[in-house]
Amino acid sequence: MGLLSRKATCNSHGQDSSYFLGWEEYEKNPYDDIKNPDGIIQMGLAENQLSFDLIESWLAKNPDAANFEREGQSIFRELALFQDYHGLPSFKKAMADFMSENRGNRVSFDPKKLVLTAGATSANETLMFCLADPGDAFLLPTPYYPGFDRDLKWRTEAEIVPIQCTSANGFCITKSALEEAYEQAQKLNLKVKGVLITNPSNPLGTTTTRTELNHLLDFVSRKNIHLISDEIYSGTVFTSPGFISVMEVLKEKKLENTDVSKRVHIVYSLSKDLGLPGFRVGVIHSNDDIVVAAATKMSSFGLISSQTQYLLSSLLSDKSFTKNYLKENQIRLKNRHTKLVSGLEAAGIECLKSNAGLFCWVDMRHLLRTNTFEAEIELWKKIVYEVKLNISPGSSCHCNEPGWFRVCFANMSEETLKVALNRLKMFVDGLLSTTRSQSEHRRLRSLRKMKVSNWVFRLSFHDREPEER
Amino acid sequence: MKQLSTKVTSNGHGQDSSYFLGWEEYEKNPYDEIKNPNGMIQMGLAENQLCFDLIESWLAKNPDAASLKRNGQSIFRELALFQDYHGMPEFKKAMAEFMEEIRGNRVTFDPKKIVLAAGSTSANETLMFCLAEPGDAFLLPTPYYPGFDRDLKWRTGAEIVPIHCSSSNGFQITEAALQQAYQQAHKLDLKVKGVLVTNPSNPLGTALTRRELNLLVDFITSKNIHLISDEIYSGTMFGFEQFISVMDVLKDKKLENTEVSKRVHVVYSLSKDLGLPGFRVGAIYSNDEMIVSAATKMSSFGLVSSQTQYLLSALLSDKKFTSQYLEENQKRLKSRQKQLVSGLESAGITCLRSNAGLFCWVDMRHLLDTNTFEAELDLWKKIVYNVKLNISPGSSCHCTEPGWFRVCFANMSEDTLDLALKRLKTFVESTDCGRMISRSSHERLKSLRKKTVSNWVFRVSWSDRVPDER
Repeated sequence: MGLLSRKATCNSHGQDSSYFLGWEEYEKNPYDDIKNPDGIIQMGLAENQLSFDLIESWLAKNPDAANFEREGQSIFRELALFQDYHGLPSFKKAMADFMSENRGNRVSFDPKKLVLTAGATSANETLMFCLADPGDAFLLPTPYYPGFDRDLKWRTEAEIVPIQCTSANGFCITKSALEEAYEQAQKLNLKVKGVLITNPSNPLGTTTTRTELNHLLDFVSRKNIHLISDEIYSGTVFTSPGFISVMEVLKEKKLENTDVSKRVHIVYSLSKDLGLPGFRVGVIHSNDDIVVAAATKMSSFGLISSQTQYLLSSLLSDKSFTKNYLKENQIRLKNRHTKLVSGLEAAGIECLKSNAGLFCWVDMRHLLRTNTFEAEIELWKKIVYEVKLNISPGSSCHCNEPGWFRVCFANMSEETLKVALNRLKMFVDGLLSTTRSQSEHRRLRSLRKMKVSNWVFRLSFHDREPEER
Repeated sequence: MKQLSTKVTSNGHGQDSSYFLGWEEYEKNPYDEIKNPNGMIQMGLAENQLCFDLIESWLAKNPDAASLKRNGQSIFRELALFQDYHGMPEFKKAMAEFMEEIRGNRVTFDPKKIVLAAGSTSANETLMFCLAEPGDAFLLPTPYYPGFDRDLKWRTGAEIVPIHCSSSNGFQITEAALQQAYQQAHKLDLKVKGVLVTNPSNPLGTALTRRELNLLVDFITSKNIHLISDEIYSGTMFGFEQFISVMDVLKDKKLENTEVSKRVHVVYSLSKDLGLPGFRVGAIYSNDEMIVSAATKMSSFGLVSSQTQYLLSALLSDKKFTSQYLEENQKRLKSRQKQLVSGLESAGITCLRSNAGLFCWVDMRHLLDTNTFEAELDLWKKIVYNVKLNISPGSSCHCTEPGWFRVCFANMSEDTLDLALKRLKTFVESTDCGRMISRSSHERLKSLRKKTVSNWVFRVSWSDRVPDER
């Protein structure tokens, strides 16, 4: 008889993929500007290290928050005992307000509809447990965050069916892609329970357009299914066209308090905007009382430490801090993003034009030997082992076109980013000098032209139907 | 089409039981010695509030730990970014050593075999996901912690089959009961994957005897199944016996590094010993690498906040603190338990003799109208609504005999406990039972006490005679 469960012995945790090789290599040989200048530079970690000083200076001015004190009085006992899965009320209120602020106060969040969880990882899994039975499916646009394979499927036994997005239209979600995915699920005999999107997108770094959001709402309305919008990167939008949350679209379409609105759930976390992945702070927002009630009970399996809830409720309740932080964070992200994009351009490499996130979706198709995933992995290995940069291959994100890579820019210093870009330029120059020919030059130029059209498209405020270019 | 999952629409979370009524009543009318002296006293919450002063004074002398500093330098960034599911090395080391200290340093715990989790709630569920398929069963001795119905079964789809324990032998686990439970599982067509015990026991407040532990290890060996020992109350042992962990028994039987030892898993938490349920600190300890590996990945769904890991690694690394804390904690628990036991006695109520935990297992069978669970619930309601004490009825713990209640003693002040005991005494004396205590009742009580005394003698006995053969 099997002594361990299938969950323990199978590899649905998804960590056997070659993607993790890069991680292991980095661990063996991590870059340090003084101690190990030839080591591997980590560009595969979507961390926000740009604005810690703002939080540190707040902490220095507000020592009570970390020291279990409220107005000079110790509340250690109160916090030590506080394990109510409804969460610290002051913290939920502060989170609701912060989420609102992130959306320009165009929509408001009711603290009573929030469920606190130990990170978005826990929030997403919990939502799956609430919405899907084993064998049910959720549709996800590709490319998507590799962690979803574990978070959404492993212990829940739910399935993911991809909504294929392509570079032809900047990886936007189209009506036909949605329908195709739904039919594919039917073919596989899977009951579709909903759609899950990440907005802004990981790994694309782009905000979902109003057109896409409208398509999604229409789709889930017609099919009578759920929509989960993981808005973990909502505070990282650093330039136009700006962030539009599905909650805003619900409001604009006057769908608040309707059945559809009960099927729209938001996931949020402080891991990216505030750069606090270690503190394990995630949130589910749902308009469905039953989902809130069930998810609240399930949060027992991953509550946020009361010590952390208290610290962050103080931090986020300080509106002058949050206002300044959001603004400054965006400026720094934009700045750093620009550095990465221009550095890549100097190496003849383009990215998908992006306005959010902690990474760029980089087009290295022209560097592939052949237009295949084998060639992508080959290139990736060269970049990890020879160029010594750990970046994430598009295949690990289920991208259906070889040659795309996610490259992070917010988890290192400016100097380190420069070093990384120099290394990349040298590598590309070396590659191209050996294979460059007239035809390659032409191909590169026409690729660039296509990209410009994409950029023009994405910047457009009219949001024309993506396929109708 | 069904919109929400079955997990949501069924009531597998187990929170519809009448047990939670008491909670709700308490919330509506909580006791406060000044603001609400007639309010309900909470005696259903197994919290340890007796030793906060020790931790508070440590915090005052060691301000770096809470203010995210190391040697005066801020390590905020390092902690903010630390989300490695392997856990903070210094914290796991401190936890391993603390667990060793609680066991008198008779056994060792390897930090590499520890998996951190957000509380033992998370640890227990994670172990179930690792060991059981949906529909598989674990055997649990009754009475057991009501939360297990949710923690072990709800999202995992696993089943619990009770190992029936009775007052005839102080609720000890017997071989016959183990076999019966195993057979019952078979009758129900359930594959048994293991046994889960809480040692010391909740709600009994007793530590497992060496005999029971030997029985359990033999049983899982012969059936080729797992043994989970939830030792969350290991630091609350206040009796003059030493706490015997299943790890002690493995060592004594020279079973370390054998196949069996790979099937023995320990769960721990700082929620009871240190009184820190809000900080969500739990741990799984396993000798099976595959389980450690799988559980580590699963811990992604419930990691311990790095801010908290850092604070507690500093606290627990201070051996002067831990040594003093464990000793003082035991003293205070013992003293408080005594206060409860004597207070109950003076109301003519006896308890199971206990040597651990934050509660007593109280025998109110003589106060029941009839020997039924309906009568138990009736009595319970009277105690909640009239006496205004929230205590936990044995039926909520799946006890097979009506009339037992779990009463907590470590979550309130001495004065509040006094008051609660006075109220109870008044109630008992005012009931028919109290008034009509006739010679026969007296004798019944006396002989009940005698039986319990024999149980005490038995439990305290080092010779561990076979319980049924008294």
